[in-house]
Amino acid sequence: MVIVEKNVIIKTRNVDFFYGSFRALTDVTMDFEQNRVTALIGPSGCGKSTLLRVLNRMNDLIDGTRVEGEILFEGKNIYAPDVDPVEIRRRIGMVFQKPNPFPKSIFNNITYAPKLSGIKSKRDLETLVEGSLKQAVLWDEVKDILDHSAMTLSGGQQQRLCIARALAMKPDILLMDEPTSALDPISTAKIEELIDELKKQYTIIIVTHNMQQAARVSEHTGFFYIGKLIEFNTTEKIFTNPDVKQTEEYITGRFG
Amino acid sequence: MKVENQKSYIKWRYFKQTIFFGVVRLSALIITAALIGILTYIFFHGFRAISWDFLTLPPTDSMTAGGIMPAIVGTLYLTIGAISVALPLGVVSAIYLTEYAKQGRWIRIIRIGVNCLAGVPSVVFGLFGLGFFVVFLKFGSSILAGSLTLGILILPTVIGASEEALKSVPQTFREASLALGVSKWSTIARIVLPSALPGILTGSILGVGRAAGETAPIMFTAAAFFTASLPKSIFDEVMALPYHIYVLATAGTHIEQTRSLQYGTVLVLVGLVLGIDLIAILIRSSMRRKKRW
Repeated sequence: MVIVEKNVIIKTRNVDFFYGSFRALTDVTMDFEQNRVTALIGPSGCGKSTLLRVLNRMNDLIDGTRVEGEILFEGKNIYAPDVDPVEIRRRIGMVFQKPNPFPKSIFNNITYAPKLSGIKSKRDLETLVEGSLKQAVLWDEVKDILDHSAMTLSGGQQQRLCIARALAMKPDILLMDEPTSALDPISTAKIEELIDELKKQYTIIIVTHNMQQAARVSEHTGFFYIGKLIEFNTTEKIFTNPDVKQTEEYITGRFG
Repeated sequence: MKVENQKSYIKWRYFKQTIFFGVVRLSALIITAALIGILTYIFFHGFRAISWDFLTLPPTDSMTAGGIMPAIVGTLYLTIGAISVALPLGVVSAIYLTEYAKQGRWIRIIRIGVNCLAGVPSVVFGLFGLGFFVVFLKFGSSILAGSLTLGILILPTVIGASEEALKSVPQTFREASLALGVSKWSTIARIVLPSALPGILTGSILGVGRAAGETAPIMFTAAAFFTASLPKSIFDEVMALPYHIYVLATAGTHIEQTRSLQYGTVLVLVGLVLGIDLIAILIRSSMRRKKRW
């Protein structure tokens, strides 16, 4: 039997994750499709953010953590001994819950990582800054103040700057860890529109506490509970007619 | 009746609070008063000795007259030497301790070691410097040996200040940089260290202030009783302010006669140390203005 996995860019196979002796993920197997938005939902502590950080090896930074199973990115296990986590993080970008720009100018926030990866010419950098900021729909607001500190921007602008900064590395996948939970509704709407635009070029995996947001932006949704993937389905199915009763209970607000 | 009770209870609580705040204010006052007292005492005894000649001439007439220029220069050299030794070594150690090392028993032992080093009496550093730098490494009594000894003396201060400064850099900065596919070393060099720099410099410069005032560590390793000329290389002995005070006040034959010179020298030393501290504060505030998060 041939299994068609045409558009799957990254997939997890029987992934367990441990913080010391605490098991945060149990047997998670998921396929993430290219140029789609996949939402991870579930109550606090269910392991959805942990999974996100497993996907770009950010959890390596925490002492005493351990991954079992495989995460296959373009067919190769990213936890194989010969894989450089720095390279993985370059290709799988991340946007955090709280906007975290560097205390540098807007321009330097974006050029920081590309410069270190070898882009030296001023022209290339300028093009990159303009392109990334346009992609993040921030260009019009900041094009005249590129030399100002990023800290002077509003929270929503800072978050879009962080997205632009991640895009400047031309990643294949963009991980978003509750990217709007620290933002007001207007900024949230802007970021959601942006996600819709970005999926044409990128694969997006987003963790969210806001179920309407998951319903609005994603094609696929995974529901997590106590470290397990309870249900993984198209978003439409999850929010209208889920297969698992637990999912329905969570979606309708009966627990969580 | 009950309400009465409650009222008196609240009164009692306010009374306790007043007493406590009083004690706190009093201790703050005592400390400030002591500091101001010492400074004014030194100032009034010393300022008459201060003159242009005092600052620019070497001592004359068996050190009963003349100035203290070689001691000022010597102390400056030793201080600069000490910071050149302690700053790189201390910052690198702190980076290792906070950023690289796996937190565990080994790191705890190193930290305890650093803290013990801070508690070692300074004369012990002097003897160590004599045994190791002066005799074993054959540096002789010199600026080099004295700077190394003072450098080790202030190393715990520099490490402590650097560790605190590194720890106060928000974890989100590190995460943001690493998540962009930037290596750990680049993250430390480009993001963490620049953000920690004001704290590192302030703490270290305060440590230097201490080094400038120490007598025991340089007694055997660098300080000369008297040199009329300035040092020509780092292998020369130098006069130093704290040692000069010690010599004038205890070792000379004209102790009473040179009293005003002693206070004058003390005033210069205190001025120098406070000046160094002032530089630290200015650096910190100007860097804070630039980097705010």
